[in-house]
This record gives sequence, structure tokens and C-alpha cells, in this order.
Amino acid sequence: MSQIGRAVYLTWDYTWSTLRTLWDVASHTFAKRDTVEYPDEMPYLAPRHRGRIVLTRDPEGNERCVACNLCAVACPTDCISLQKTEDETGRWYPEYFRINFSRCVYCGLCEEACPTYAIQLTPDFEMAEYNRQNMVYEKEHLLISGPGKYPDYSFYQVSGKAVSGRAKGEGLNEAKPVNVKSLLP
Amino acid sequence: MATIEVDGTSYEVDGDRNLLDACLGLGLDLPYFCWHPTLGSVGSCRQCAVRVYANAEDTRGRLVMSCMTPVTDGQRLSIRDPESQAFRDKSIEVTMANHPHDCPVCEEGGECHLQDMTIMSRHTERRYRGLKKTYTNQYLGPCISHEMNRCIACYRCVRFYNDYAGGKDLAVLASKENVYFGRHEDGCLESGFSGNLVEVCPTGVFTDKTLSRSYNRKWDLQSAPSICSSCSLGCNISPGERQGRIKRIVNRYHHDINGYFICDRGRFGYDYTNADQRIQHCSIRQSADVTEEAPDYRDAINAIAVELAGAATGGNLIAIGSDRLSVEANFALQTLVDEDNFYSGMDPVQHQLLQSVLGIYRRPGIHAPTLREIESADAVLILGEDLVNSAPRMALSVRQATRNLSFELARKSQIPLWQDTSVRNLAQDRRSPLMILSVAGTDLDAIASLRLSAAADDIARLGFAVARCLSDRAPAVPNLSPDLESTAAGIADCLLRAKNPVIISGTSCNTPSVVESAAQVAMALSLAKSNGQIRPSWLSYVLPAANSLGLAMLQEGNDDNHLERAMQRVLANPGQCTALILQNDLYARAEPSRVDAFFGNLKSCIVLDQQPNRTTDRANILVPTQTDFETEGTLVNNEGRAQRYFEVFATDNPSLRDNWKTIANMAKAWVNPGTGQGLPESLLALARCENFDDLIALLKNRGGLFGHWDRAAPNAAFRIAGLKIPRMPHRYSGRTSLRANIRVAEAKQPEDRDSPLGFTMEGAPINIPGALTPGFWSPGWNSGESLNKFQDEINGHLKGGDPGLRLLQSPAATDMSAATSSDWFSVPAATPTAANGRLLAVSLPRLFDGEVLSALSPALAQRAELPQLEIHPETAAAVGLVEGHIATIRLESCQLKLPLRFNPRVASGLVAVPADVKTAGILPPVLLPAAVTIE
Ligand code: SF4
Ligand code: SF4
Ligand code: SF4
Ligand code: SF4
Ligand code: FES
Repeated sequence: MSQIGRAVYLTWDYTWSTLRTLWDVASHTFAKRDTVEYPDEMPYLAPRHRGRIVLTRDPEGNERCVACNLCAVACPTDCISLQKTEDETGRWYPEYFRINFSRCVYCGLCEEACPTYAIQLTPDFEMAEYNRQNMVYEKEHLLISGPGKYPDYSFYQVSGKAVSGRAKGEGLNEAKPVNVKSLLP
Repeated sequence: MATIEVDGTSYEVDGDRNLLDACLGLGLDLPYFCWHPTLGSVGSCRQCAVRVYANAEDTRGRLVMSCMTPVTDGQRLSIRDPESQAFRDKSIEVTMANHPHDCPVCEEGGECHLQDMTIMSRHTERRYRGLKKTYTNQYLGPCISHEMNRCIACYRCVRFYNDYAGGKDLAVLASKENVYFGRHEDGCLESGFSGNLVEVCPTGVFTDKTLSRSYNRKWDLQSAPSICSSCSLGCNISPGERQGRIKRIVNRYHHDINGYFICDRGRFGYDYTNADQRIQHCSIRQSADVTEEAPDYRDAINAIAVELAGAATGGNLIAIGSDRLSVEANFALQTLVDEDNFYSGMDPVQHQLLQSVLGIYRRPGIHAPTLREIESADAVLILGEDLVNSAPRMALSVRQATRNLSFELARKSQIPLWQDTSVRNLAQDRRSPLMILSVAGTDLDAIASLRLSAAADDIARLGFAVARCLSDRAPAVPNLSPDLESTAAGIADCLLRAKNPVIISGTSCNTPSVVESAAQVAMALSLAKSNGQIRPSWLSYVLPAANSLGLAMLQEGNDDNHLERAMQRVLANPGQCTALILQNDLYARAEPSRVDAFFGNLKSCIVLDQQPNRTTDRANILVPTQTDFETEGTLVNNEGRAQRYFEVFATDNPSLRDNWKTIANMAKAWVNPGTGQGLPESLLALARCENFDDLIALLKNRGGLFGHWDRAAPNAAFRIAGLKIPRMPHRYSGRTSLRANIRVAEAKQPEDRDSPLGFTMEGAPINIPGALTPGFWSPGWNSGESLNKFQDEINGHLKGGDPGLRLLQSPAATDMSAATSSDWFSVPAATPTAANGRLLAVSLPRLFDGEVLSALSPALAQRAELPQLEIHPETAAAVGLVEGHIATIRLESCQLKLPLRFNPRVASGLVAVPADVKTAGILPPVLLPAAVTIE
């Protein structure tokens, strides 16, 4: 192509592209909005959205968390800490349970690590604070009254440990305790 | 040596081992449960299957249990071949069929050998859908929890508890599929070594109850290399800390000392460091009725410096050291007040006993054996020590020593030594000779070939008679009964016939003649066994405290600066002296009324201590000290090995400083105002010590035994790849949350200028020197079994070198024939028979409540027996006493009331007084043996 031909082509091309962009922008004036008037209008977030973390209870209403520390060790920002203690029946639970949300990246690894479905991420994301210290949540801020997802699961039903009035052999899929005094095979 | 080929690679291995042992020693990963490095093989778990090939042409091979297959030269095997892998996978699937779903609430989780092996065997999915077997649990006392559901029937627990440690109250009950590992009924496990079950059991059946109270996972516990300070043996331990509290202690392998096991006093006796009663702040009190002030640390140190300077100018400053604290703390104190004014805090007898032990260990013909060497002895003579109570870990070694005969028999019958059951069956009750002479019987008596109870001096006389039988250059023992003559001849004969006999004695009797008689036997034995070439005899002394020998070394050659001298000096100058007392409750060290007089005549009393006691009550200025878990230092154990221990965690209490540092700060405050005019150079040097290495350099300058002091462990400049050694495991969790409730911005980690360890997880935990290894972990090996990655071979040395520095060597190859009569000790007179209602009171060491700090641990206190006076029934009849009577013993101003118990093993004419800390506060054991009235 000659020099002139190329110059004409480029001029046309740039002009067309500019006009098309102007049209596109202008046409959005009449299109449906993607943004919403937050906070007047709340967006829909799927239940699996990873926001504020809660501690749930089992179907019997007991704290689900057994203070196993797996969430804490899975957490990449090390923002979970807790201390195990136990009640008089031998049931483990956390003496304190603390999440420093100013460090949390809402990755959900804690929920994945949790063997009891105690720790769960919820779609609530409105956690901004003016004072960073207020982003430190203790157990009383984390514990909710229901089971959240997986409403039927109860760890102590299947654990094999005797706790809270459930003796050995009374859990799911458990045989009666072995009679040590019998010599029968 | 033998050459084996594993998966195509050739290796040189020890031909006396089994394949599993050899493979693990090579650093290969091969799963196992029932085999244990010291408990041998039983082949019950079927987890260690490998494929071996008959010869180079064989392509099919066959599956064998590697732990039951001896290494043979030229053997070819495969760990990785698909069939053996599949076998191991299926095998663990069956093992796991009944395993509960309770890892999250299991104290073993995160350091569980069963978890590790399950992953290693690649068993990832449970297929079994049937009912799971369950078991009820037992109450096993305050130290051990029981959760039988988790058992995999590897039999390690009973093999350790019964076969290895001689326990009687743990058994395997029921049969076949139902086997149950527990006691015949609920109750506390009796053995003083029960804590090792926590580490021996590969699952969570036996776990540490003291850890469980406020449980943390292994990955969350900060550790540092530490030394047990609860007796003189210096076992290596690894304490775990979180949030300012020591949570538990586990064994830290040392090839020559504790090996794989420690005692319960060492494991469960740590709670004094967490005690609420601990002294946390400085206090100043002008006199008993003036209210206390609580100055801050600086002010207290300045006030002390003023006192010190004042007292020193008048020559009225004295200091009393502690045999439980580090060499460095004692050395700093000694330097502060000058050698002449430093007193050991021991009564004269004990002080001189330690000086003579220090001398004896360096005599020609004497070698202080390690526990490992004691374990290899084929004849043991114990003079006057109840090892289970005074040096527990040594008792365990002596127990193994009695097995050497069975090893010999096994060798003759060509049974490999790791075939544990076969070796035990072969030997039945035949044991290497163990001869125990004690005042009141010992827990090892049941396996002794000779046991004899006698008063301390009579034990010594028998010892001297043995020496005489061995060498007629040793002095004869006059007036010995023919019975005892022949006993002595029997013992001498037995020692002579043995290849590696060991003589054990110690300071528990508090009687010089006992210590001397043991040395006499050892010297005579060396003479008797020498044929031109001297081979030193093994002689081991049990000492009163963790650093008795270290303190004795600081006062080497000084027979005089003991507690009694300090008291005399104060009483001679009433109201003049200022005393500085380093963590030493004098009321347990001398007759209490005399201690009262001592304090009454002081001008001023400055006490450094961690726990309140009667001595701290008398302090005008009190400064808190750190426990062994909070500071660093060096302890010298009973064989003369200097071992460094390190701060496990940094306290945030500004009044709690390193003990040596507090003393150096006193020097600093003393020197500063007057710029040190006219003060001794050593004091100025102490004042210049900024960190631990400065102090070590000063100590090293003393030369002699301290000449290589810096070699006990690498100094603070040591780095691996430019980094410090991490105290935290690499997955230490919660770092941005632990203190967020106090302040959300994370604080800087504390710095450690005194050691090459850091309070962080930075740094690679590889190629660490043995002395700096905080604990054991290796990828895929989260349990303590990861140790095999740190040893040069199974049950061998740490790759990083054995921690510590042996200080005492007997002169090499000296001509023993040069021994003159002055080298022999003289024989004591026989103990006179009891007369007019007076008996000879002796002190008996106690395992659980006999050591001042560990006795504060509630778990141990609960396990201790009630203190009772023990007496032979005939002796009791002679003085008209009945069993159960609350007897009163009077000695000087002490008056002790305790119930009387009959014990036919107590020597006649004696009454045995328990040395538990409570009783010791009323009647200090150092006053015994002594004739007492009893009614
Ligand atoms: S969501 Fe992720 S960052 Fe947040 S607490 Fe859980 S594991 Fe930690
Ligand atoms: S993983 Fe679950 S059960 Fe375990 S400590 Fe965290 S929340 Fe509790
Ligand atoms: S209790 Fe532990 S050591 Fe004993 S057999 Fe069971 S798993 Fe093995
Ligand atoms: S008390 Fe003695 S035997 Fe027991 S662990 Fe400590 S040093 Fe070892
Ligand atoms: S380790 Fe070989 S069978 Fe258990």
C-alpha cells in the first residue's frame, strides 16, 4: 500500500474508534445500573460468601468448638488464638477464642480445617471500624445461637469420647464397651 | 558391617541390627509401631513390611516384617515396591478400623506417631462401616490420662512399664481382639517412670494429664534445650511454653545420659515455675514491724549496692550460694563479694563430701561413668544409695545393667539382641549381679543378687573389707564378723570376675566413710585388675543437687567456706554483717534455732529467691529470681559434665531478670557512684558484663576446670545460614492474635542477646548442634519418633554432637603401683548398738516430694506417700514402740512427730526419717545420721 493510502486508512480507523467509544459511553446513560445505592440498598451475597466468622452450636445447643486448634494452625495470617479447657465430663471447649479481624484475609481456610463445623464464614462483611482495636473479637462476639450450615452434625456423637452423660458405646456406630473380665475371644 | 541394597541404592550398615533399624538409621522412611529402639522387636503390628529378594536374580522376592529380619550382607530389599506399599496400606486400614474419630480432642494429635504412619502408609479413606469397638477408661492418677479406644495393641506400654522399668501395676488384660492395657483397678500408676508411657505409646492412650489441664498442641509450644534440675544426673529435657506458662516437659535425647527416658520427677515437677505463690516483685523491709515497700527493680538494686558497699568496707559482707543454681550465678556472686566471703550454703559434712568427690573423680584408676556406661556394666555394687529415690534415672540404667547376662546368653545362642522376647525368655530370672548395701532397703532390691541393710558406717566397713579382699595394700578392717568377711569376699570375687563392674555410691547417707569406701573399692579393683596397663574402675557418685559439683568446683580446695563458717562469722560479729543469700532456704540446711540466731545477728539480709520460704521471710531486701525455664546457665552433673540450659521463654515482668544479670547489676550499681576507686579488678570486670558470653569469658579466665567453659555450647554469635535457631516450631499459631486483646498492634518479639536461639520461628531447624536442639521434629515425623532423623544411627549419638562437656578426667595411664598408704582412706569404727532408748536416725530420700522445687508441683505432691518413720519391728520392740504410733523424735532443738511404720528392711538399731520437704523443714536431713531419742 502507498503512503497515502495508509494515512487515509489510519485516520478513518481512529475516528471510527473514537466515535464508537463515545456512543458506548453515552448509551450507558440509559442502561440498567450494576452498582447499588449501598448502604440504602443491600446487595445479595451468596451463603458461601466469605465474610464475618462465627462460632456455631451443635443441634443440642452446645458449643461446637472443641478447641482442637486446627483453625488456628491453618490460618495463614495467624489471627486466631484460643485456649483449650474442659468441663467436668471431659468435654473440650475453648476457654477463650479470639480472632483479630484486622489481620484476617477471609480466606476460609479455618472453616475448611475445622473438623466440627464450628467455625464458619458468613456473608456479613460490614466490619469496618475507626479503631483497629475494635476488630479483635472474643468468643462472646463470635458465638451464635444456632448451627449455621450443616445443621445436623454433632462431633461428640461420633467422636468415641465419653462426654456429657453419653457413656462409652452410646455414640453413633459404637459397640458396647468390651468386657475386660471375660476371657472369651 | 554389612552392605545392603535398598531400592537400588547400596548402603553400609551394622550387621547386628534388624532391617527396620538399619533403614531408619539410614534416614529412610519406613512405617512401624511396635518396634522401639530400646524395647526391641516383637513383630506384632505388621506395619513394617518390606520386600526382600533372595539373590541378585530374584525378581519376585517375598514380604517380610523388617523389624523381625536380621540384616545380612549383600541383602537386597525394596521399601517402595507396590506390593509392600499396598500391604502396609491395608495393614493400617485394619489397625484403624476401630480407631475413634477423636483426633481433635486427643492430646496426642499433632505429635502422634499413628497419624504420621497413617499418612506415610497412604491410608486416606475409611471403608469399614461396622460398629466400632469401645473400651471404658481408667483413672491412672494425676499425671497420666487414659483413653483406651485409641489403642492399636502394639504392646509398647507393657514392654516399657513392666519389662524395661520393672513396674508391677500395668498389664495387658482380656484376650484376642479385646486386649486391654491398664491396671487391675482404677488407681495411680505406681512406677516413678510412668510418664514415659506418654512418649512410648504411639497413640493417645496414655497422655500427659498435666499438659491437658491447659492443653496446647506441639506446634504451639515454644521450647529451648534445657537440663532437669531436680537431681544431680542432669537429664536433658525439652520444656514447652505458651503464654508465659510451662505446659509440659518431654525427654530430650542424650546418648550418654537419659537416652529415651526420664523420670516422673523430672517430667511432672515443673509446676513451681507457674506457681501463684512465686515472688514477683522486689521488696524492702527495714525491720519486721515496718511495712514493706515495693520498689522497682532499679531502686532495689541501688539500695542493695549501698548496703554492699557499706558492708564491704568494714569487711562484713558475706554471700551464700546455691547448689541448685547455675555455675554462672554462683560465680557472679562469688566474684561480687570476693572468694573469701563466699560460702557454699552446705553444712560442713556435705561441703567436704563434695570436695572429696571432686578429688576422688580425678584420682588415678577412677572413671566416672555415664549412665550409658552404667547400663553396660555386668556387675553393680551400690553402697548406701536408694537410687530410685535419689537418682531415679540411674536406677533405670542399673536395671538394664542386670540384663547384660541375658545378652551374653543370647549371643551364645546366636539370638539377636533386638529379639526382645526371645532374649527375655532365654534368660528367665537370670541376671547380672547387682549388690545393694543400703540403710533401709531400696526399690531395686527385688532384682538384686545381694541385699544387705546396715548403718552407714557399717556399709562403709563392708566396702573397705571388699577393697581389702581386692588388694592387700588396702587397710584391713578390724573386728568384722566372719559372716561379713565372707560377704565381702563374695562381692570382691564378683567384681573381679566382671568385665565392666561399676561401683555406685553417693551423698544420701551424708557419711564421709561411705563415699570413701566406694572410692577404696574402685581403687583396689583397678589395682587388682591392672596387668601393667591400668584400666580405670567405674565409680559413680549420686550428689545432693543439680549443680552440687559445679559449686564444689567453684570452691575447689576450699574445705572451709561452708554454711557453718558463715554462721560462726556472723555470730562472732553480732549486728555487723550483711548477708547476700542466693536461692537457698537455710532452714533446710542447718538446725533451725541456729539459723534463727544467724538471722538475728545480721545487720542486713538480702535474699534472692523465687519461692517464699522461711529464709525469704527474714529478708530486708528481697529480689525475685528466675526459674531454670526463664534464664540460662550451666549445671555440672554427677559425672562432671557441664551442660548449658537456655531460657525457654522471656518473661515480661521487669523485676525478673536473669539471675547472673541481677548480680552483675548489683556490681554495676556498686561500682558506678565511686567510679570503682580501690575496688578489685574482678568486681569491675563483673560490672562490665553486658551479656552471658561476657560472664563466660570471665569464668574461662579462671582456667583449670573452667578453662574450656565456652565449649559447653556455642556462644551467642553462632548462626546457621546467618540465622538464629528458632525456639518456636515452624507452625506456631496465633501470633497476631495472642496478645491482640491487650493491644492489637503486634509487639516486637523479645530479643535474646545471651544465646544463639531466637524467640521466633525464623531459621532452619537443620544441622543444629546437639546442645542447641530445642526439640525434635522432621517433615512427616511430628511425634518424638522423629528423633531417628537426628541420630547418626538408631540409639546412637546426635548428629549435632552430644550436648555438654566432660570436665573431669582421671589422669591417663598413671602407675597405680605408686599408690601409697596415704592414698588409702581409713576405716571407721562399727556403729555401736542402740542403747537406752536412743536410736540412730537416718534420712531417706524421696522421689516425689524430696526435692524442694519439684515438690511444689501438685501432681507430684499428690503422688507422694504420707511421710512416716520406718523402723525394723525388732528394733521397735526393743524400745517398746508399736506400729502406727505417732512417734516423737528429738534432736537438739528439733522435734519431729510422725507415725511409725514397720519395715523389716530397715537396718536394726535405726529409725529412718523421710527426707520430704515438709519433714526436712522440721528436721533438716543434713543433721542426720545422728543418735536421737524416740518415744
Ligand atoms: S479466613 Fe483465613 S485469614 Fe481469616 S481467620 Fe480464617 S484462616 Fe485466618
Ligand atoms: S478448628 Fe473448629 S473445633 Fe477446632 S478449634 Fe477451630 S473452631 Fe474449634
Ligand atoms: S496403649 Fe499405646 S503402647 Fe499400649 S498397646 Fe495400646 S497403643 Fe500400644
Ligand atoms: S530428676 Fe534426675 S533422673 Fe529424673 S529427669 Fe531429672 S535429672 Fe533425670
Ligand atoms: S514394627 Fe515391625 S511388626 Fe511392628
